Amino acid sequence: MPKQHVAVVGVGQMPFRTHHADKNYVELAQTAAQAALSHAGLTPDDVDAVVFSMAPTQFMGVNDCDKWASEYVWATGKPFMRVSTGGATGGSAFQAGYQHIASGMFKCVLVVGADRVAETPDAQHVLNLIWDRFYEHDFALNTVTMTALAAQRYMHRYNVTEEQFARVVVRARRNAAGNPYAHLTKQVTVDDVMNSPRVSYPYKRFDICPRSSGAAAVVLCDEATAKRAKCGRPAWVRGATGISHSVFMGDRMTYWSDTEFADHDGFNLCAKECYRQAGIIDPLHDIQVAEIYDPFSTFLFPQLESLGFCARGAAAAIHDEGGFDLEGGILAVNPSGGTLCTNPIGVTGLVRAADAALQIMGEAGTNQIKGVHNAVATAIGGSTQFFTCTVLSDDHS
Amino acid sequence: MTTHQKIDDDVIHGEWHVRYNYSVGAIAGTFFTGLREGKILASLCSKSGLAYLPPRAYCERSFEPCDDWVQAGLEGELEAATIVTAAFENLPTPPYAIAYVRLDGVSTAMVNFVRGLDLRDVPAAAAKLAPGTRIKVVFKDQREGRITDFHYELA
Repeated sequence: MPKQHVAVVGVGQMPFRTHHADKNYVELAQTAAQAALSHAGLTPDDVDAVVFSMAPTQFMGVNDCDKWASEYVWATGKPFMRVSTGGATGGSAFQAGYQHIASGMFKCVLVVGADRVAETPDAQHVLNLIWDRFYEHDFALNTVTMTALAAQRYMHRYNVTEEQFARVVVRARRNAAGNPYAHLTKQVTVDDVMNSPRVSYPYKRFDICPRSSGAAAVVLCDEATAKRAKCGRPAWVRGATGISHSVFMGDRMTYWSDTEFADHDGFNLCAKECYRQAGIIDPLHDIQVAEIYDPFSTFLFPQLESLGFCARGAAAAIHDEGGFDLEGGILAVNPSGGTLCTNPIGVTGLVRAADAALQIMGEAGTNQIKGVHNAVATAIGGSTQFFTCTVLSDDHS
Repeated sequence: MTTHQKIDDDVIHGEWHVRYNYSVGAIAGTFFTGLREGKILASLCSKSGLAYLPPRAYCERSFEPCDDWVQAGLEGELEAATIVTAAFENLPTPPYAIAYVRLDGVSTAMVNFVRGLDLRDVPAAAAKLAPGTRIKVVFKDQREGRITDFHYELA
């Protein structure tokens, strides 16, 4: 149990795009840190500790560039740590910040990071290097191919089609158009997705997120600090859980497996515990917004199912009917446009939490959903291996 | 600080060249010796009954050491597959097919390339790689004690 309540009182992002020519890596992180503190009406002096959200260092080509960044995010003289769980990094970093305060040992923590995935043309080569050198590295696994494998398995389990995944892209781009920070906002049709070049079955190019550069930051604090912050409606962290699996995906897809690769069912356990912490009984009734980690069009359905929003194999049909649209749906899914439209890997999970927090604060702009009391944010990293689930709320009691 | 001058030198080029000698260890070493002999050896935990590929020192279910080795069948069942048609830097020239296959007698699936399929029509090739499809192991004639000593084909 947390020793004190924890709130998000400030978030900072910058418009994500392929390149930011006017700033280097650490200056990107600094921009987000400054924006989050300014949003919170707090200063670097109010911050007790800094958690740095940073995935593979090879994207930047500077070894462990959290060291380069510490001064730029005003960590000098304070505890500083880097968190890295691949694509889940931002989710884990957010939760590390939360745990600092929930433990009662810190009052205010800045969680910040940046990424520049397009700085190297070898990004998928770098991502191939996460597998061991003995058994799996040689078989061209990377984030695209490993998730294509899961998607193919999911399609066969539940008779889901490529067209149904294509509709996810259409809807994501529509939502992204209302998010000033989103990277891909050009509107597309199902035909555009289906006719885009094949990459790794079932993926076509438009089923895949962009390589984004940019930064994000969140200011987390205790109740007393929240009262003097500028935030009229803090987003209280009510549940924060994570779960890890073996790197070997082949352990999760046979009769003997205790988890199912295709279902992203790390969330099955992770969300149950998160909902218990948050007092959520019926997720579909109690949660109004979901910011789902979906770097590929195929990620949405298994996650919505594992998060308890619908039965196994039912998400695609509900999506076809507009059930996850911002208006008229049963749940507002990824009002931001999600990871499919914006993926600065090392901070993507943090962006999910930041966007969920803005929905609670009532500051999500064009895509603000009415009457948001609870929002869930997820992240996944490694070989579909690390899962984080976070519930934010307008109420801490 | 209000306006940015146009920057002529907007990037500096760099590359990393880092060399490694990866320590293999006894478990992978036993597995690679088996490959040289045309055998795929799975580590077995007698407590849980699980046989692992890739082999492990410890069983992840019982937390006990894997205490035996079993020879995997040279056929098995496909669990997941993809057909790659785009080129990634430093990765193989497309097209190629990747699959996880659970070999007979083993509890987990292991990844390798599936060769010998016509991949020109991707949906047609994908239809031949449905989960449950029977797959066989094909060894190279000249083996080096590496995971690349074999690949998969349709059985």
